[in-house]
Amino acid sequence: MPIKSYIAFPAKGQRSVLSKELNKLPWCEAIPAENKDVLVLVTDTKDQKEEDLFQEKLNKIKSLDHLTLVSGFNDPGF
Amino acid sequence: MNRRIFMKRLAAASAFSAAASMFPGIIFAEEQNSNVPDGPISWKKSPCRFCGVGCGLLIGLANGKAVAVKGDPKSPVNKGLCCVKGYHSVMSLYGEDRLTKPLVRKNGRMVETSMEEALDLVADKMKETIAKYGKDSVSLYGSGQWTIPDGYVASKLMKGGIGTNNLEANARLCMASAVTGFISSFGMDEPMGCYDDIDHANVFVLWGNNMAEMHPVLFSRILDNRLKRGNVKVIDLATRTTRTSVAADRSILFKPQGDLAIANAICYEIIQNGWVNRKFVESHCTFKQGKSNIGYGLEDKFKFKDEAKNISFEEFKHFLNDYKPENVEDLTGVSAKDIKYLASLFGDPNKKVMSLWCMGANQHTRGTWINNLIYNIHLLTGKISEPGNGPFSLTGQPSACGTVREVGTLTHKLPHGVVANEKDRKMAAEIWQVPVENIPAKPSYHTVEMFRALDRGDIRFMWIQVTNPLVTMPKLNRYKAATEKEDRFIVVSDVYPTPTTEIADVILPSAMWIEREGMYGNSERRTQHFEQMLEPPGEAMSDTWQLIEVGRRLGYEKLFPWSQETHIEEIWKEYTRFHKGKKHGMASYEVLKDQPGVQWPFVDGKETKWRFNGKYDPACKDGGFDFYGKPEGKAWIWVRPYEAPPESPDNDFPFWLNTGRVLEHWHTGSMTRRVPVLHRAVPHSYVELNPDDATKLNIRTGDKVKLVSRRGEIVLPASVNQRAQPTRGQVFVPFFDEALLINQLTLDAFCPISKQPDYKKCAVRVEKV
Ligand code: SF4
Repeated sequence: MPIKSYIAFPAKGQRSVLSKELNKLPWCEAIPAENKDVLVLVTDTKDQKEEDLFQEKLNKIKSLDHLTLVSGFNDPGF
Repeated sequence: MNRRIFMKRLAAASAFSAAASMFPGIIFAEEQNSNVPDGPISWKKSPCRFCGVGCGLLIGLANGKAVAVKGDPKSPVNKGLCCVKGYHSVMSLYGEDRLTKPLVRKNGRMVETSMEEALDLVADKMKETIAKYGKDSVSLYGSGQWTIPDGYVASKLMKGGIGTNNLEANARLCMASAVTGFISSFGMDEPMGCYDDIDHANVFVLWGNNMAEMHPVLFSRILDNRLKRGNVKVIDLATRTTRTSVAADRSILFKPQGDLAIANAICYEIIQNGWVNRKFVESHCTFKQGKSNIGYGLEDKFKFKDEAKNISFEEFKHFLNDYKPENVEDLTGVSAKDIKYLASLFGDPNKKVMSLWCMGANQHTRGTWINNLIYNIHLLTGKISEPGNGPFSLTGQPSACGTVREVGTLTHKLPHGVVANEKDRKMAAEIWQVPVENIPAKPSYHTVEMFRALDRGDIRFMWIQVTNPLVTMPKLNRYKAATEKEDRFIVVSDVYPTPTTEIADVILPSAMWIEREGMYGNSERRTQHFEQMLEPPGEAMSDTWQLIEVGRRLGYEKLFPWSQETHIEEIWKEYTRFHKGKKHGMASYEVLKDQPGVQWPFVDGKETKWRFNGKYDPACKDGGFDFYGKPEGKAWIWVRPYEAPPESPDNDFPFWLNTGRVLEHWHTGSMTRRVPVLHRAVPHSYVELNPDDATKLNIRTGDKVKLVSRRGEIVLPASVNQRAQPTRGQVFVPFFDEALLINQLTLDAFCPISKQPDYKKCAVRVEKV
């Protein structure tokens, strides 16, 4: 399954809360910027079931304002 | 480092560079990761295959396959971001049922043949049809997904070679009202501003435009600005509550067709409150009145020509007396308070305002009018043609602007100007090296009329490229039957089987997107080049080269003297001769290859970001505002009244039907439904109902519902309180599903000026099955 990266925008003043919440999810690696209110998020899900579960959990995170996709890597077999 | 960790590093590195492009000076503790080597992946730039936003992408290639996608951080459009469709765009190249061999109908069955034979047959059929029925019996129907060279060659073949204006494109169904809106207000097509306006505006008014799903990357840019700058408000003015409404600061719902009255009421308020920018209006605007009661084009061979009468500001003001906000509450469904609030945003001299719209305004039986009316508001307040102040008409397709509007692949157009203008015909004849008499001065059929002509038998041959009209034409049953009539010959060039290939006599497999070289032009006048990165499968061939091959077989070798290796470069060089000068100059082939897109007018090596403003636009006289598309250099403010739509809900058909798109699918889904993740996300169409209506009819999500209009019926599952919510008395159905053809129900009424059909309003009955 794909590996994707996003830029995550926290709700006002919630950057470190969001970083913690995201890093709690097993498929996520969240890297907060040092000097701006954004995070880089890299996700790695094994299959569609995991991806759906991840999206479901993500939707429940209140400290997340919105996410924008940056990249996706489809085929690990290159 | 194992391969998965390596890919994660690469993914993180892409996000670091996107963030750096969005937030200059941003620091990450782990930024050393951004220097990860690319390993076996090589990256090449291309505009996205899908929507008119025109994001710059970097395509990751390995072992002759496209394996990864990232937003191009160098692209000023998306600054390193992309949306779910963009990311999956490369997967849509690899569907299992790609068309790889030409197919020809023999005794009712499609049989494989060689490309040579198929092209011979297409040319022979064209010759035969012309000999039997005349040159106006053959037609070519393309698309806003045509590359610029595809469209240019199509125009040269049909208008310069064969000598017929039977050339149209599906952008007639999505952008024609935007074009006629621009032409009637400013005398020139395409937005004066650009996406950079988003970084300057304080207020975004979205006119019937679900940007969160249809223009997701631009909507992200708006939301990023709201977070970063704080003094930003988004107003969603719509007939349905969508993801955009939820993200907006204010959602204002209006009754279908009510937008005409809302816009006039806003103008009324602006004048009553003394918010008119008098100096701007006196120097740069003039007032006009067009015809009223202009019809709906429901009958074959419908004709309409608008006339502009000069009027005074006082007459304009008098006309607006009918649009006092309190008097239009019932008509629009919007409270006077909300209309006054909207007017106050435009009227505040300290706020920069951007209006954005797309299909809601354009697919409208008064599409040209609502475009004019939005311009009226910006002109009255002088909020136009400067950073952050601008009316901005968005496009849906990747090259609706670049190809259909700029090359002019419409019946009345030429690459520069219109067929009706002798000077424009002479210019085309000179560049194409054909006798000027070859180019007919009279437009023939716009899209709906072209399919009506096919039905009547006035057209006998149609070649369809990169579009799927057997899903997208309104009042589909009539036009499907037309294609199946005796003595009609249909050629379809596409990448996957569709309902349109099903009725074809010849199917030509096309090379898709980065399997060939080309250019697209996006909504902000940006032309983007992409090179051939992959081999097309089997015998698939680019649409450009298919047209050239057939053109040569028809005897027009001289029109197409180019070699296969360099034809795109040579076409570009020839085409850009049409646009020389400060008003529409275009970048050279070399510059396009080098840059992540270039905006026109490109003058002395510089892009023009804001047209008609002398501070930014070298074509303006005297350094001030100059609407040079109009002879007197003034923009036109139009009297355009409210007029009812041709069909409204009644006792027999009590609901409005609105149709449109969803985030995951591109148009008719022929590509995105082949991407498993996107297909699974929205596997089939559905009918969205308002929860109160659903309760009344005892309908729940998943229940089967029959929709019936005067033209057809369809059964599909209900969706209540899911993705979006129509207002009471309205249902919404997306059109991407070829198994559930909602256009069997829609009406082929169109805007009499633009000839663009209205897919947003007709009357239906809702029955629980
Ligand atoms: S917003 Fe449009 S152009 Fe950009 S990635 Fe998505 S589909 Fe492609």
